[in-house]
Amino acid sequence: MSAISREEVAHLARLSRLAVSDEELDRFAGQLDVILQAVARVGEVAAADIPPTSHSVPLTNVLREDVVGPCLTPAEALAGAPDVAENRFRVPRILDEEV
Amino acid sequence: MAEAKKKAAAAKKAPAKKAAKAPASTRADLVRATAAELARRLAAKEVSAVEVARAHLDRIADVDERVHAFLHVDADGALAAAAAVDEARARGEKLGPLAGVPVAVKDVMATRGVPTTAGSKILEGWRPPYDATIVTRMRQAGMVILGKTNMDEFAMGSSTEYSAYGPTRNPWDLARIPGGSGGGSSAAIAAYEAPLAIGTDTGGSIRQPGAVTGTVGSKPTYGGTSRYGLIAFSSSLDTPGPCGRTVEDTALLHAVIAGHDPMDSTSIPAPVPDVVGAARLGATGDLSGVRLGLVREFSGEGAEPGVVAAFREGVETLVKLGAEVVEVSCPHFVYALPAYYLIAPSECSSNLARFDGVRYGLRSGDDGSRALEEVMSLTREAGFGPEVKRRIIIGTYALSSGYYDAYYGQAQKVRTLISRDFAAAFEQCDVLLSPTTPFVAFPFGSRTSDPYQMYLADLYTIPTNLYGGPAISVPCGLSEGLPVGLQVMAPTMADDRMYRVAAALESVVPAAAPPAL
Repeated sequence: MSAISREEVAHLARLSRLAVSDEELDRFAGQLDVILQAVARVGEVAAADIPPTSHSVPLTNVLREDVVGPCLTPAEALAGAPDVAENRFRVPRILDEEV
Repeated sequence: MAEAKKKAAAAKKAPAKKAAKAPASTRADLVRATAAELARRLAAKEVSAVEVARAHLDRIADVDERVHAFLHVDADGALAAAAAVDEARARGEKLGPLAGVPVAVKDVMATRGVPTTAGSKILEGWRPPYDATIVTRMRQAGMVILGKTNMDEFAMGSSTEYSAYGPTRNPWDLARIPGGSGGGSSAAIAAYEAPLAIGTDTGGSIRQPGAVTGTVGSKPTYGGTSRYGLIAFSSSLDTPGPCGRTVEDTALLHAVIAGHDPMDSTSIPAPVPDVVGAARLGATGDLSGVRLGLVREFSGEGAEPGVVAAFREGVETLVKLGAEVVEVSCPHFVYALPAYYLIAPSECSSNLARFDGVRYGLRSGDDGSRALEEVMSLTREAGFGPEVKRRIIIGTYALSSGYYDAYYGQAQKVRTLISRDFAAAFEQCDVLLSPTTPFVAFPFGSRTSDPYQMYLADLYTIPTNLYGGPAISVPCGLSEGLPVGLQVMAPTMADDRMYRVAAALESVVPAAAPPAL
């Protein structure tokens, strides 16, 4: 039985904001199925009462002193942007015209 | 690569100031010297930092068209930094131990004003407005940054075949992979293009390239080296570290880059273990009292016979130096690879959301007619390669409601059990040993059609990343004429132990040099 269908891969690609082509979908569906069946082995481990580890360093709430330090100028921050207008990042319209 | 592009790349890489090319004999001598030797000769003023930098830039111009270790060579920046060190030395200023020594930097570390692509088209042409902390520390130490090295896109891969800019070739055999993701860094030092390099290790990306190129690759304790300015792949696993041709050189670079950084909230506020002292102690060849653990579950299953043979010989050598061997069981290590390939893609699917075509990098399909979401999807489709897309999709799957508990949640629990395996093992021994990778450098194209076959390269390196401890790969011989690495794993913040054991092995089995290019 396959772990993941072509339709599911298409749905996940949409959620991931990846406009994958039909050929890519065909290729990925089989490859991802092999990978997911292999990684599903984690389910063999009896771990119901085991706490999860998100991180190996036991540090929490790391804060710094509230002092002003060096930071980027607006020109530096915008230097790598694909499109800039009025000292800001310019983006395509957010809403569809019909909405 | 097309011939025209090749020529253009070679032209771009040629040092800007060609006038005073170092005589070939001096150059061979300088590029083959260890970092420790270069540092000593620089301090004694037998050679200038500019001469050392020029010798390496000339070497890059000579061989990198074939090796393709570098994505960008910063000849002007390197010569300026070298000149500044020479001037400071002439003024009698106190300089760090590696002042004037060249270093290559994996292209995943931000370098101010110098192109940084992470091996991806989505960042082509991006020049970061700041330096990574590690880069800052190397500059402050007077080290000379030669350029940026090739890598699998966003550090996802074990061969550099997933670089958007074409693969790096292994100096031992140009038809084979140099390992990955940091194949560019390891190939650069193996090909004598740089004495030292920076890599990053999320699942083995420093150690596996070290093993297959016959060089040393060290993954420090997670949190022991700063991630500030490292383009994130899997934040709970990513660890920058040093690569060198000798254990001592690697330790010297480790000492420059390691230590607490307030800019990284996961940076450990504790002193750096004395890795240089440990490497020098190990080089005396005495390991009496050191207990080596052999992991029963990693006794060679899935590894090539030649790799297992070279590894066993390495262990016997260490025993002759006075070490004891104990067999330990780490029953959950066999689940490390599956757990990793859930945790790392999950974190990557979140981290790579920042590449949306708004603040930096590529934007594709913005012709005025399309809304933001469509432009984002087209940008990411055009900018990411296949392995990155696969991992984003797997991560999105593993984190989605309905699958979260069975995949990501379960993988995090397995991570706890793997850490407990390490803790129990280190009650019986000081370090753990295994081969670094199950197979020697493989031919290009032999593992790209089935991505899971590529993942198996990381079989032995991944448990350490999940646990967070340090591990080092050191050459332990050849199999069919290609290098094999022995991995030494140590407890968290006991990085010094692995340097001692690795240096002891090196004192008996010095790394072989690759055939002349």
